[in-house]
Amino acid sequence: MRRFSWFNATALTLGFVFLYLPMVILVIYSFNASKLVTVWAGFSTRWYGELMRNEAFLDAALVTLKVGIVSSTLATVLGTMGAYVMIRAGRFTGRTLFSGMIYAPLVMPEVITGLSLLLLFIGIGLDRGIVTIILAHTTFSMCYVSVVVSSRLVSFDRSLEEAALDLGASPFEAFRLVTLPIIAPAVISGWLLAFTLSLDDLVIASFTAGPSSTTLPIKIFSAVRLGVSPEINALSTIMISIVTVGVIGASLVSKRAAVKRQEEERAAVRT
Amino acid sequence: MPQKVFAPWDDPQEKPLIQFKNVTKRFGSFTAIDNLNLDIFEREFFALLGPSGCGKTTLMRMLAGFETPTEGTIQLSGKDIGGVPPNQRAVNMMFQSYALFPHLSVWENIAFGLKREGKDKGAIETRVSEMMRLTRLEKFRNRKPHQLSGGQRQRVALARSLAKAPKLLLLDEPLGALDRKLREETQFELMDIQEKTGTTFVIVTHDQEEAMTVASRVAVMDEGKLVQVATPDRIYEGPNSVYVADFIGDVNIIEGRAHQTGDKVQVIWSESEPPLMATTQKNFSLDQKCYMAIRPEKVGISADRPTAANALKGKILDIAYLGNISTYHVELPSGHVIKAQEANTRRIARRHFTWEDEVWISWTDTAAVLLEQ
Ligand SMILES: Nc1ncnc2c1ncn2[C@@H]1O[C@H](COP(=O)(O)OP(=O)(O)OP(=O)(O)O)[C@@H](O)[C@H]1O
Ligand SMILES: [Mg+2]
Repeated sequence: MRRFSWFNATALTLGFVFLYLPMVILVIYSFNASKLVTVWAGFSTRWYGELMRNEAFLDAALVTLKVGIVSSTLATVLGTMGAYVMIRAGRFTGRTLFSGMIYAPLVMPEVITGLSLLLLFIGIGLDRGIVTIILAHTTFSMCYVSVVVSSRLVSFDRSLEEAALDLGASPFEAFRLVTLPIIAPAVISGWLLAFTLSLDDLVIASFTAGPSSTTLPIKIFSAVRLGVSPEINALSTIMISIVTVGVIGASLVSKRAAVKRQEEERAAVRT
Repeated sequence: MPQKVFAPWDDPQEKPLIQFKNVTKRFGSFTAIDNLNLDIFEREFFALLGPSGCGKTTLMRMLAGFETPTEGTIQLSGKDIGGVPPNQRAVNMMFQSYALFPHLSVWENIAFGLKREGKDKGAIETRVSEMMRLTRLEKFRNRKPHQLSGGQRQRVALARSLAKAPKLLLLDEPLGALDRKLREETQFELMDIQEKTGTTFVIVTHDQEEAMTVASRVAVMDEGKLVQVATPDRIYEGPNSVYVADFIGDVNIIEGRAHQTGDKVQVIWSESEPPLMATTQKNFSLDQKCYMAIRPEKVGISADRPTAANALKGKILDIAYLGNISTYHVELPSGHVIKAQEANTRRIARRHFTWEDEVWISWTDTAAVLLEQ
C-alpha cells in the first residue's frame, strides 16, 4: 500500500478547494431562502420555482438549447468530414499548413473570432439572430470535433475500408457501413464536446446574437450587472449540472467505447 | 479419349486472364516490384512464393486495385484495369491481416459482399450458410471477430472472400494459422471450389508443400523480381538457379568448374577428389564456374562402394530422424557436408548406420542439375 503523505494530501485539498469552492458556494446559495444573496436564511427551492416562471430566462434557455443542438450537429458533420479528408489525403505539399489551419481556431482568442464573424455577417447583410449564433458556434466548435475524430482515425486500420471496397462497397458505403460505426464513439464525444462548448459560450454569442435572440450566458451576464439575484444562482446551478453531466458523459462514452473497439479491432487483425 | 492436360501457358493461342506488362512499383525511392512480366491463365491456381518483403502482397494489391503501378500496365481479360476502382473489379482478396469488420458478426462479415450486390435475402442466407458450412463456422454465426481464435478468424476471412464467387480470387497466406489437418482439408476444398466454379486463384504461401499440392504453377520471387515461373514438378526438378533450388525444398550445392563434352560435364570441385559427372542441356564454356544441385533424396548411402557415376567416401556427422525418413549429414574429407535421405522402411533398432560411421554416398550422372548461377 502507498504511504499516506501529508504533503500530497494538502496539495490535493488546496487544488480542489481552489477549483471548486466558488462553484460550491454558488450552488449552496442557490438554495438560500433569503432574497439577499449574502445572507443565509435557511434551505429553500423557492428560486428554482421563480426561475420556472420567468419567461425571459426560459426563452433564453430555449434559444441556447436550439443553438447547442443544431450547431454541434453541424460541427460534428463538418469536423468529421474535415478530419477524414485530412487523415486520408496522405502526404501532399502543404499538408502541415492545411492541418494547422484546421486547428488554428482552437488557439484564436474568442474576441477575435467573434469580431471577425460579426464583420462577416454585417458584410453579407445577414440579420443577427439565432441563425448567426448557430453559424458562429459551428465555426468554432468544428475544430474541436475534428481534433477528437482525427485522433481516433489515426489508429483506424485502413485495410478495413479496403476490404469493404474489395467486396463491392462504394467509397461512401465503406465509410457509412465500416468506418463510421467503428469511429462512432469519437464522433459522439465530439458532438457532446461541441454541445458543451456552445452552451458555455458568452463572448462569441454576444458578438453574433441579435436583440430577438439571447442565449442563457448572455442573459445571465446582463442580469448580473444589475445585481446578483438568487434566481441567477439557481440557473447557474442548473447549467453547472448540465455541463458536468455532458462532460462526464462524453469522456465515459469515448473512453469505454474506444477501449472496447480498439480491443475488437486489434483482435480482428493478425499482428 | 485421352484427358487433355491443363497447360494453357504452353499454348501460344491461349489468351491470359491476367497480364503484367513491364510493371514496376516504387514506394518513394524503394522499388517493391521491378519490371515484372507475368501471364496468369483462366482456371489457374497460381502460387507466389518468396521471402518476406519480396513484394508478394504488393503484387496482389495491384491486382485488387489498392495500388497503381508506377510503370507498366496490368490487363484483365485483355483490358487495362489501371483506372478501374477496387469496388468495380471482379476480383476479391483475402487480406494477409484478415481485415475482418470488428463491429459485425461472422454472418454479417460473410454476407457483406453479397449485400452490396443487392441479392435478395433468401439467396444471401443460402450462400452464407454454404460458406459457413465449408469453413466449419456454423457454430460461430453470431460471434464477433474478437471472440474467435486466430484460425477461426482466418476461416471467416476466407469465407468472406469466397462468398461472391469472383472471377479472380487473391489469397494472401490463407491457411497459415490452421492446424495441419484442417489446412489439408481446406486445400482440397479450395481445389474443389476451383474445379466447380472455374475461379482463378492467386495464392501467397510460405508453405512450399502447400504450393506444390495446390498450384498449377509456382512463381518464386526475390526482391520484386520473378526468378522462375513453372509447374511444381519442373521447378523442383529443374530449378533455374541456386536461389530457386535452395528456396524450394532441400538441396546440396557443390561449386566447381565445368569441363563439357557433348551433354556430359565433368565438374572439377576439389583438389584431392576425382571430378563429379553430370549431364546437361546447357552449354558451359571451359572452366566456367558452375553449381551442381542435388536433392538429398537422390543421394544414396551405403557401406560398400557403389557403382554409380558419382561416389564419395565420408563420415556420418549427424542423423535427423523425421519419422518416415532420415537425413544423414555426411562430411567429406574436403570439408563439404552432403545430405542424404533414406526412407525408414525398417524399424529404428535395425538401422545399420550410426554416428561416426564411414560410409559411401553416391548419385547417378542424371540425378543432379547443373546451374550457372
Ligand atoms: N505502402 C508502402 N510504403 C512503403 N513501402 C512499402 C509499402 N508497402 C510495402 N512496402 C515495401 O515493399 C516491400 C514488399 O512488401 P510486400 O508487403 O509486398 O511483401 P511480402 O512479399 O508480402 O512480404 P510478407 O511475406 O512478409 O508478407 C517491403 O519491403 C515493404 O517494406
Ligand atoms: Mg505479404
